[in-house]
Amino acid sequence: MQKLGEELRNRAGQKIVDPEYLLFEAPREKVFMTGSEVVKEAVKRASVDASVSYPITPQSEAAHLIGELWVEGYVGVYFRGESEFGVMSEIAGCSMAGARTITTTSGPGTLRAMENFPMWAGSRLPIQLVLMARGINSPLSIQPDDLEVSFLLDTGCMVWYAENAQELFDMILAGFVVAEQPDVHVPVINVINGFFISHTRESVMLPPDDIALPPYNPYKAPMPPIDMEMPPGRFLRDPFVMKSNYISYATHTSWQFEVRAAIERARPYIKKYLGSLIEEFGDPEADIVLVSTGTGAAQSKEAVRLLEDEGVKARVVKLRTIRPFPINELRQAVKNAKVIFVPEFNVVGWLEREIRRYLYKHSDAEIIGGPRVAGGMTMPPEIIVKDVLNYLGKEVKHVY
Amino acid sequence: MSINIFKINEDLKEFIPQEVIDLEEKATWGNPKRGVMDLPYAKELLEEHSLCAGCPESMAFRYILASLPNPEDTIIVNSTGCTSLVFPHIALHTVHSLFGNQNAVATGIKRTLEWRFPDKVKDVIVLAGDGATVDIGLDCTLQSFFRQEKITTICFDNEVYANTGGQESGTTVQGHVFKMAPKGKQWPKVQMWQLAIDSGCHYVVRMSVSSPKKVEQVVKKAIYVAREVGPTYLHFYTPCILEIGLNSDDGLMEMRDKDKERFKFFEYVSPQAEEVIAKKKEEGLL
Repeated sequence: MQKLGEELRNRAGQKIVDPEYLLFEAPREKVFMTGSEVVKEAVKRASVDASVSYPITPQSEAAHLIGELWVEGYVGVYFRGESEFGVMSEIAGCSMAGARTITTTSGPGTLRAMENFPMWAGSRLPIQLVLMARGINSPLSIQPDDLEVSFLLDTGCMVWYAENAQELFDMILAGFVVAEQPDVHVPVINVINGFFISHTRESVMLPPDDIALPPYNPYKAPMPPIDMEMPPGRFLRDPFVMKSNYISYATHTSWQFEVRAAIERARPYIKKYLGSLIEEFGDPEADIVLVSTGTGAAQSKEAVRLLEDEGVKARVVKLRTIRPFPINELRQAVKNAKVIFVPEFNVVGWLEREIRRYLYKHSDAEIIGGPRVAGGMTMPPEIIVKDVLNYLGKEVKHVY
Repeated sequence: MSINIFKINEDLKEFIPQEVIDLEEKATWGNPKRGVMDLPYAKELLEEHSLCAGCPESMAFRYILASLPNPEDTIIVNSTGCTSLVFPHIALHTVHSLFGNQNAVATGIKRTLEWRFPDKVKDVIVLAGDGATVDIGLDCTLQSFFRQEKITTICFDNEVYANTGGQESGTTVQGHVFKMAPKGKQWPKVQMWQLAIDSGCHYVVRMSVSSPKKVEQVVKKAIYVAREVGPTYLHFYTPCILEIGLNSDDGLMEMRDKDKERFKFFEYVSPQAEEVIAKKKEEGLL
């Protein structure tokens, strides 16, 4: 960070502004771009120190574009790692050494990297992962499917889910700000449905690119950065890991609780920087509710419009965060619901499980897990409409 | 940084344990000529250790830590195993991350520190056992060599998974009987030092840690070469006396025996490394 007159500038020469200014106040211009391109635009305005990449469809392009930012001087460290396991360890090293970090992956890559995610959380590293969800093996699929998200729910990372390129842009910037709060300081995984968001163009409103987030200050972290610029905190006669030592069990347990508590402490920051943990759409009086995330929520909104034509009132509750789970927000939003549908892009219904868990004894609504598509199928709004009409005992006309 | 991070606030000194006060007052800082000859006099960077009595790995730890030319700016990355039990006792910034990812983590740390502190020398060293280096972590180890990362990798080879109770590893000698190889190992010991050369390391050594002065020499060479040229690799025999049925006072003799055979001193120096070593000799640092 260098001072230029009254202005603070980052190492790329961009003017440093308040996160709130960047997210809510700066004038925005409309552009037409893909989700992958939006990742580049967000990283460009985020004073990112380091990114490590690895090819896997559909996230490769976003990773290429971060590489271009490195060439242009907007990102400090960038290279291709050997595998997702290596990449997620390399990015952990970058974060431990005090860098603001971002990386991307998809499907099988997420599972290859899996051992790293609880390590990130346990090491209290505020790494950002943009996850462009795709099917996991076997059989081989490179198509959109978000089964992989269910594996991430208990890693100790925050998990957010963006519906479109605009939300992805804002979530990437907000993700750094929230994840790096000293009382949060855990990783954040921003999920989108691969291809649907990464590879399609849509209108996005972007602030100017000569302003950026304040750089990360590793000396505010709850764990000292590994840079030999602070006294080492680990010179111990009686390390916790020693066997047959009661305190090792107690320490590990309380540490694990603390990681989950840190995610809970993110709630007010998420409200501040994302607006809300959920988004509601449609007639607030409607007692048919579609609860979904990401592209599922987008398709649910279309379904609500189609249902209106059929004379059926329905609404959507979109979950923007899965960890922390918007428990009270969801309970409040569905308190008058008679039936809840949970459209999902996977075969297991992990979102349905989550919703049942948090609505148990808090809602009298019937919960229907579905419709579900997977393995690369699209989710035409008509299949949601069909399920709703069938439930109501109404005639299904133009739906295939 | 400097010794400054080890300086204790005078007003708090009465509450600080003696070993931490000793670090400020009696450890060797800011002196690249420090070495194993300081061991009897200076405060060591290792506060006790948690290994078995007479474990050769503990000797290796003490010699290596005494030989670091730049401890005030040295980061050590370790892995799971007996070595990981020692790291909480080390007075430097150390990392235990996962089993086998040590060279990947070290890569991230080294590159980030170069970016954050372009005007400072920050040495990054990996120190892990043979299971971590050669078996589960081989991919990350070799890939860091391919990428020419400027880190020094030190492997403590005890030819067995000792911490988990004595299972065969890739560096176990063919025919040796360990758990998981109840009929004896069916294939030869991995020649990791040769793989290191073929994978792009500029300074490679295979030896035991029977000679402290020799350990000091090769550690310093490896760190200086890594700093200026690229990856370096040290393969040290640190036998597990427990798993091969020796007594606490047998470790040194075991190493001396193997000095004559499979851990006979072997050194590879690339032409660029030669230049660095010659320069450091001129500067009186080697």
